[in-house]
Amino acid sequence: MAAHLKKRVYEEFTKVVQQQHEDLSTKKLRLTKPSKSAALHVDLCKATSPADALQYLLQFARKPVEVESVEGVVRILLEHYYKENDASVRLKIASLLGLLSKTAGFSPDCIMDDAINTLQNEKSHQVLAQLLDTLLVIGTKLPENPSVRMRLVEVACKHLTDSSHGVRNKCLQLIGCLGPVEKGVAKEAESQAAKDVQKIIGDHFNDQDPRVRTAAIKAMLQLHERGLKLQQAIYSQACKLLADDYEQVRSAAVQLIWVLSQLYPESIVPIPSSNEEIRLVDDAFGKICHMVSDGSWVVRVQAAKLLGSMQQVSSHFLEQTLDKKLMSDLRRKRTAHERAKELYSSGEFSSGRKWGDDAPKEEIDTGAVNLIESGACGAFVHGLEDEMYEVRIAAVEALCMLAQSSPSFAEKCLDFLVDMFNDEIEEVRLQSIHTMRKISHNITLREDQLDTVLAVLEDSSRDIREALHELLCCTNVSTKEGIHLALVELLKNLTKYPTDRESIWKCLKFLGSRHPTLVLPLVPELLSTHPFFDTPEPDMDDPAYIAVLVLIFNAAKSCPTMPALFSDHTFRHYAYLRDSLSHLVPPLRLPGRKLVSSPVSPSITPHEDPSQQFLHQSLERVYNLQHLDPQGIQELLEFTIRDLQRLGELQSELAGMADFTATYLQCQLLLIKALQEKLWNVAAPLYLKQNALASAAAKQILEETYKMEFMYSGVESRQVVIIHHMRLQAKALQLIVTARTTRGVEPLFGMCEKFLQEVDSFQRCFISELPHMQGSFVDKLLDLMPRLVTSKPSEVVKILQTTLRQSTFLHLPLPEQLHRATANIIEPTGESDNPLRFTSGLVVALDVDATLEHVQDPQGTVKVQVLYPDGQAQLIHPKPADFRNPGPGRHRMITQVYLSHTAWTEPCQIEVRLLLAYNSNKSKASARIPKSTWSESLEALPPSENGIEGTIPFSKPVKVYIMPKPARR
Amino acid sequence: LLAFSSCPGAGQDVGRSCILVSIAGKNVMLDCGMHMGYNDDRRFPDFSYITQNGRLTDFLDCVIISHFHLDHCGALPYFSEMVGYDGPIYMTHPTKAICPILLEDYRKITVDKKGETNFFTSQMIKDCMKKVVAVHLHQTVQVDEELEIKAYYAGHVLGAAMFQIKVGCESVVYTGDYNMTPDRHLGAAWIDKCRPDLLISESTYATTIRDSKRCRERDFLKKVHETVERGGKVLIPVFALGRAQELCILLETFWERMNLKAPIYFSTGLTEKANHYYKLFITWTNQKIRKTFVQRNMFEFKHIKAFDRAFADNPGPMVVFATPGMLHAGQSLQIFRKWAGNEKNMVIMPGYCVQGTVGHKILSGQRKLEMEGRQILEVKMQVEYMSFSAHADAKGIMQLIRQAEPRNVLLVHGEAKKMEFLKQKIEQEFHVSCYMPANGETTTIFTNPSIPVDISLGLLKREAAIGPVPDAKKPKLMHGTLLMKDNSFRLVSPEQALKELGLAEHQLRFTCRVHIQDPRKEHETVLRVYNHLKGVLKDYSVQHLPDGSITVESILIQATAHSEDQGTKVLLVSWTYQDEELGSYLTSLLKKGLPQSTS
Repeated sequence: MAAHLKKRVYEEFTKVVQQQHEDLSTKKLRLTKPSKSAALHVDLCKATSPADALQYLLQFARKPVEVESVEGVVRILLEHYYKENDASVRLKIASLLGLLSKTAGFSPDCIMDDAINTLQNEKSHQVLAQLLDTLLVIGTKLPENPSVRMRLVEVACKHLTDSSHGVRNKCLQLIGCLGPVEKGVAKEAESQAAKDVQKIIGDHFNDQDPRVRTAAIKAMLQLHERGLKLQQAIYSQACKLLADDYEQVRSAAVQLIWVLSQLYPESIVPIPSSNEEIRLVDDAFGKICHMVSDGSWVVRVQAAKLLGSMQQVSSHFLEQTLDKKLMSDLRRKRTAHERAKELYSSGEFSSGRKWGDDAPKEEIDTGAVNLIESGACGAFVHGLEDEMYEVRIAAVEALCMLAQSSPSFAEKCLDFLVDMFNDEIEEVRLQSIHTMRKISHNITLREDQLDTVLAVLEDSSRDIREALHELLCCTNVSTKEGIHLALVELLKNLTKYPTDRESIWKCLKFLGSRHPTLVLPLVPELLSTHPFFDTPEPDMDDPAYIAVLVLIFNAAKSCPTMPALFSDHTFRHYAYLRDSLSHLVPPLRLPGRKLVSSPVSPSITPHEDPSQQFLHQSLERVYNLQHLDPQGIQELLEFTIRDLQRLGELQSELAGMADFTATYLQCQLLLIKALQEKLWNVAAPLYLKQNALASAAAKQILEETYKMEFMYSGVESRQVVIIHHMRLQAKALQLIVTARTTRGVEPLFGMCEKFLQEVDSFQRCFISELPHMQGSFVDKLLDLMPRLVTSKPSEVVKILQTTLRQSTFLHLPLPEQLHRATANIIEPTGESDNPLRFTSGLVVALDVDATLEHVQDPQGTVKVQVLYPDGQAQLIHPKPADFRNPGPGRHRMITQVYLSHTAWTEPCQIEVRLLLAYNSNKSKASARIPKSTWSESLEALPPSENGIEGTIPFSKPVKVYIMPKPARR
Repeated sequence: LLAFSSCPGAGQDVGRSCILVSIAGKNVMLDCGMHMGYNDDRRFPDFSYITQNGRLTDFLDCVIISHFHLDHCGALPYFSEMVGYDGPIYMTHPTKAICPILLEDYRKITVDKKGETNFFTSQMIKDCMKKVVAVHLHQTVQVDEELEIKAYYAGHVLGAAMFQIKVGCESVVYTGDYNMTPDRHLGAAWIDKCRPDLLISESTYATTIRDSKRCRERDFLKKVHETVERGGKVLIPVFALGRAQELCILLETFWERMNLKAPIYFSTGLTEKANHYYKLFITWTNQKIRKTFVQRNMFEFKHIKAFDRAFADNPGPMVVFATPGMLHAGQSLQIFRKWAGNEKNMVIMPGYCVQGTVGHKILSGQRKLEMEGRQILEVKMQVEYMSFSAHADAKGIMQLIRQAEPRNVLLVHGEAKKMEFLKQKIEQEFHVSCYMPANGETTTIFTNPSIPVDISLGLLKREAAIGPVPDAKKPKLMHGTLLMKDNSFRLVSPEQALKELGLAEHQLRFTCRVHIQDPRKEHETVLRVYNHLKGVLKDYSVQHLPDGSITVESILIQATAHSEDQGTKVLLVSWTYQDEELGSYLTSLLKKGLPQSTS
């Protein structure tokens, strides 16, 4: 009784609080809005038959209900609920109650009592289930109210004995979602009924209905997700469920076992039918492995996926998954893999000619062979051979994850992965190549394995070939024959698919730099030099020859003896390639030749990289020179910008940094230039020409700031502030210029208002950064803010002008890493003289292939622009599937652009280029500031300000020759 | 009771499959195969074994054919037309389509080529096929009122199926030949947890655990590829159906992937017809083919063309699939003779070769062959062996048993020694009994049939309401009367049973006297007993009636003074037989005596 009273008190209390809230905010609105509940009431009273009522309810459900009228509507619905005899109408009402309680801003605890009451007399199972669902919604809406939850859980427990599976299902779901998670809650007497949620749910693991069993396991998993530590005792129960007749139960049970194995990896469980004991994680691993050969493929996928994340498993268990214990006629047989290995180690190549080459060797003890072991035996062998490719992919992924954490396992699974390169489904092949790449640091390929890997180079799918090139980039090869084999195969690939040129060169670059000692003995052969005779000079433009040279030069970088083997023309070719393909050919120290980027003494460590130093020094210089005369500042800035740009060209790793700062300085320079014009003080109308210069400067600064904000990856909030600040200055400049050129005050009002709003939002967004901006434009402006708000536009402009001039130049701190987004269109090459002919009015598909670097979220931002000679521009959004991600920070876009135009008299060139779309709304600044402040400021801001959308061209335009022919009649 | 007899064929033999099953009074014949090795009467099963006299149609309820291989269906026209059987024959759609082609081909070879008489005719094949009823996968076919059959996917070859035969609650699953690992054109066998009383499984590879098929495929492709790149010719002798299609798909996709240009040929005739059916029955193939057939039917080969005799002399590389598979005659042998002299060429034997054939000779390393006409053929070409078999290996068989959970297993279609090993394994792993009958041997298996009993809903609800909540996993005690009437069982309430049988109700009451030493007055004793019982039996309604007696539920207790000894009271306890449990408990309680009252 006491408990009950207490509960009542609680409820009363919460109710009161709630009403206060409502009174505060919604009174006014209630008066103005027509009552929705009343209309519904009328409708429902009018209904003559259940079907009618159902129709009304269905119509009603289509319209949203305002927060303030929800409670009223609920009361009406409940009233009808009690009167209604038809179960289907009651069902609809119950579902509406749930829907209404979801209304944002509505707190459903006021209707909870009623909802629970309705349960009492309900006879229909379906309605009961629906009501429980409603309670679940109510419960989830009230997360901070443990007593309500307790009560709901109790209600659910009461209905667990219902004979309908639907009701039991919902009860379990409710318990899973709302059951108490913390141990401390179970102090009071009231919680006794719900004292052990786990036990209650666990009891339903043996329910007669498979759906309820599934729901019970799911509820258990839900509890786990909500942070309850599951008891280990459940493990044995869950194990029994693995043999369930129904796949959804087995599937859920596999998950549960996995969860438990992660919770109690080290506890010991006995092996049934023997006295031995093993670790729980090993036992669970064995059991899940067993499920990889389950009858249902859904369970198989589930099991294979989960295997990957069980990294604590003992290594001998892990290795069993790859062992199938072959035998033939009761004699142990070696697997083809073992045979291959043996042949390799005996230094012999397989003749493969003998029948019975795989003849079984030793007799095996019949008792020792366990065909289906309870352990993990051969799980992956089965998984990788599965009928469904979903299972195979899951198995490959799991292999990948396990191999990443265990080098010895990586070594073992290599053979199997290599086998997967020949899968019938391309997705699986691709996945296994990627997997191999991911574990490549753990492995060294044997020659026979390499052979199989290289065979895939002839695949007609570009993705496969490129994935394989990536793989070869980071593969360890053990012998010089291996390198030679790889080179030969890559060259074969090159002749078959010339478009792979770039990718193959890059691949050879890494292959060379990883294996200098293996390349060394091959050099004379590869360059076809002869000790006595001069050999003819190979063709410099032959891609195959370049490929060989790339391999050799990269190997020579860390192998100083190699250049001695070069012939004269090799040196000449080196000089040429170093210039033309500088990203593939490293600087070499050749005898009698200066190193290109030379005066570096080898003692300097990369940390004190001189170019980095140079960058910082020049920046320091700029920032320190505040007091120079204007002319001097301008000159210095110009020089520094020039230096930085050159530095960016020379040092690719610093390019982003240098460009970024150069752009910033450029902005500053423009601003200074615009302000330094001597004629500012003269009356406005006379100096239109000069104003044109200033407004152009303002415009350019704006553009540059957008580039700075959106084109670089790695920009931090510190930089964003500075960029925004610069933009604010540009806007101020714009305002001043407009004030000078336009007559009349009217338009200025609006502009001033807008500018002040911007200042305001700037302050709100970057409130934390303001202390670092002493003496800056915005700092001064904020001091003057009270004055600005009240003064007239002309005065505002005057103030702005003076502040702009007096403000100091902000120091731009540099982030750790900064990369400029770049794009390079590989195809179309723009070299073709053959116009692409098509009939006007129809479309022609143009393949566009481009590499993107350091673009974040390319799917959303990268667009293709096509410019026709008549000035018409077309913007194409590539599909998300057109983007591939071959490596960190790199993307590749392979898409088709559809062109069409009316007929032309002669072929003409169109321009294709890539654009980076941005939206200032989604700027990095907004992502960083705390949510609450931003949402407020969002509301305050006028909508036009929120989304300035624009595009930045970030690739060189490529010209394509096209010719739309008139249609033939 | 289940009787299984491995009829004239099968049992411990790979050859003719023919199994007879008697299940709950129904007789079913499973498969009707022939033996390839014999050319006399022994090639067909001995059907006189089934019925010494009397018609087969009367004895057999139905015949089921698992797939189209001749060792499973070869004797069918002989059986139905020559011996005489008019009952239904069940097979899957693809089997029904392809089976007559093979039978016709077989007939042609035996009659037209070898000139045998007393063999079935084309017309007989047609007539036989008219008796065939085609079934779909997972379709339950009601053969008659009690007998029903259901087909499951078996892999192995196109249209191969496992059959579940069910009469009442007894069931048998016959696997035919099946494959648990998918290949390039077919999926893996699958069965649900049907828990049959008996699983009849083939056991061709009872003692083999096979290597991953990927290695074999890779080796095969690599060898072909290398030879073609060298400019050599590859000959692959195959039998028309099954493996040939798998290898074709393998090469076709490889050619596609690798952009190869060398031509692939397929010898014409029988295979073309068969390919046509492979194109049609896409639902019976594996996931990849099923999913991609909308874009392109995998059996519509782009790179594989029909072979013409003249092509064999064409220069340059090529790959040729030619029949028959053992190089003993026909086109494959002709091509072999042409190409054998060049060491650049290669022959790949994708399967087993019978002793005495050219295939077997070259596989065992013979380099000089004596052909007809005393010609000596020197074999310089490379000879490769690649096994592509579509039977389940030991692990596969175990896996199927695990999936189906049978109560008994019976192994057929294998060698005795190997089966012995597998039998032992099955018994050890699954704790089910396993049988391996010889040819002609009959095995009898006793089942524990569960007998369904009808119960009225009223009674069920009434009984379920008593006691704890029903739990599916625990047996529950119910009270009722079992009526066995008109060959049906019904559980009814006693009242109804009495009514139906026209019997009067009799009441059975037990009475018992308990002596208690109590010097007090009778009503005081009664009160003490009442208080005692009330204290002990908290869950029951204990009442003290005004007439001086006590009732516990329906049990009556009265106390009288002993006629001789006033200090001894006699308690009369009386209960009906329904309350036997409580009554006897009560007596034993009272016999212990009343507690010494302190109050």
